[in-house]
Amino acid sequence: MYFVVAGAGEVGFHLSQALLESGHEVTVIEADRRRANFVQERLGSIVMNAPADEGRAQMEAGCSRADALIAVTGDDAKNLVICQLAKIRCRTPRVIARVNNPKNEIVFKTLGIDETISSTRVLMNVIEQELPSGGFMPLMSLAGSANELIEAEIAIGTPPAGKNVGSLRLPSGALVGGIIRKGKLMHADDDTKLEVGDRVMVFSPTASEGEVRKALMG
Amino acid sequence: MNVVIVGCGRVGGFLAGLLDSEGHRVSVVDIASTSPARAERAWFQHLPSTFKGETILGDGTDLEVLRQAGIERADALLALTEGDNRNLMAAQIAQKIFGVKQVIAKVNDPVRAQTYREMGINTFSRTTILGTLLHAMLQEDREVGEVLMRKALAHEAELVHEPARAR
Repeated sequence: MYFVVAGAGEVGFHLSQALLESGHEVTVIEADRRRANFVQERLGSIVMNAPADEGRAQMEAGCSRADALIAVTGDDAKNLVICQLAKIRCRTPRVIARVNNPKNEIVFKTLGIDETISSTRVLMNVIEQELPSGGFMPLMSLAGSANELIEAEIAIGTPPAGKNVGSLRLPSGALVGGIIRKGKLMHADDDTKLEVGDRVMVFSPTASEGEVRKALMG
Repeated sequence: MNVVIVGCGRVGGFLAGLLDSEGHRVSVVDIASTSPARAERAWFQHLPSTFKGETILGDGTDLEVLRQAGIERADALLALTEGDNRNLMAAQIAQKIFGVKQVIAKVNDPVRAQTYREMGINTFSRTTILGTLLHAMLQEDREVGEVLMRKALAHEAELVHEPARAR
């Protein structure tokens, strides 16, 4: 596959290297001449010294034939514009933006960039899983609405363990979409009995996250 | 009219003063720069001393900061920072998330200005506007140039008679 990587900082450099090693074709766009030279010396002539947020650079980098563009600069506004320009002007089929401020994930989704990666969010999820109250994870915001998908694991001694889905005190607007039990996805209705270790998938208004947590985690 | 202005450089400060003197409710957002050189200067030094509106220190692409600036009841937002990308992000947030009716972003790169205008974001490029004005003043369209210059000079005259807000 052909990838255009915008930004050759630490993330862009190692990402490009990894993509090359797995046999993909890569062009990395970097505005800083010295950084571009540094990367070129290590990865070969796949570097383009140009500002990735300008349409012309994207055209020259071949964004119109790329399978995907990944914007990984340290500037959220720049990553947003790079992705939007590629999508609109070059019709790049897949654009992925690095989000430095996790609060911007939902902003990017609302503005049409569906795929975002936030290192802060990834680390937070890992840390939350390690905490005793772990097992409650807002997984993703749902594009174009103020709702989100939450995964919650039913723990021993919590109110929902052994109860029916219908008896959960979920806030209004929240609904159980399914349950993962022993690795299998199953349908859930009001009469489904919750077991310890069940991972419950809940769709909920983002604003009601706290109430969902209370209902499922006690 | 309730107006939020993001970016208080010379243009932002000038426009904020103008709207404020006409009786509009204006709040101005400018980033809290961490550079010591900048920190020693007054943040909103380009606002006239008579400015009665609100000043908010913060990132104009942050939803919380924009809420503080009153974006939820704003009739217009102008994104006038030095960064094209920041202006485009702030403008889109205002239009798509907060539903602000009139949104204008300063985008100096003409390619980006055109692309986003086609997407429904009102943009203007200082490069093309200033260039076109100068061109009009020089030749073909003297009238356009003269009308604009007359207005600009009148505003300028008012401004010069006012002491600056802070040094």
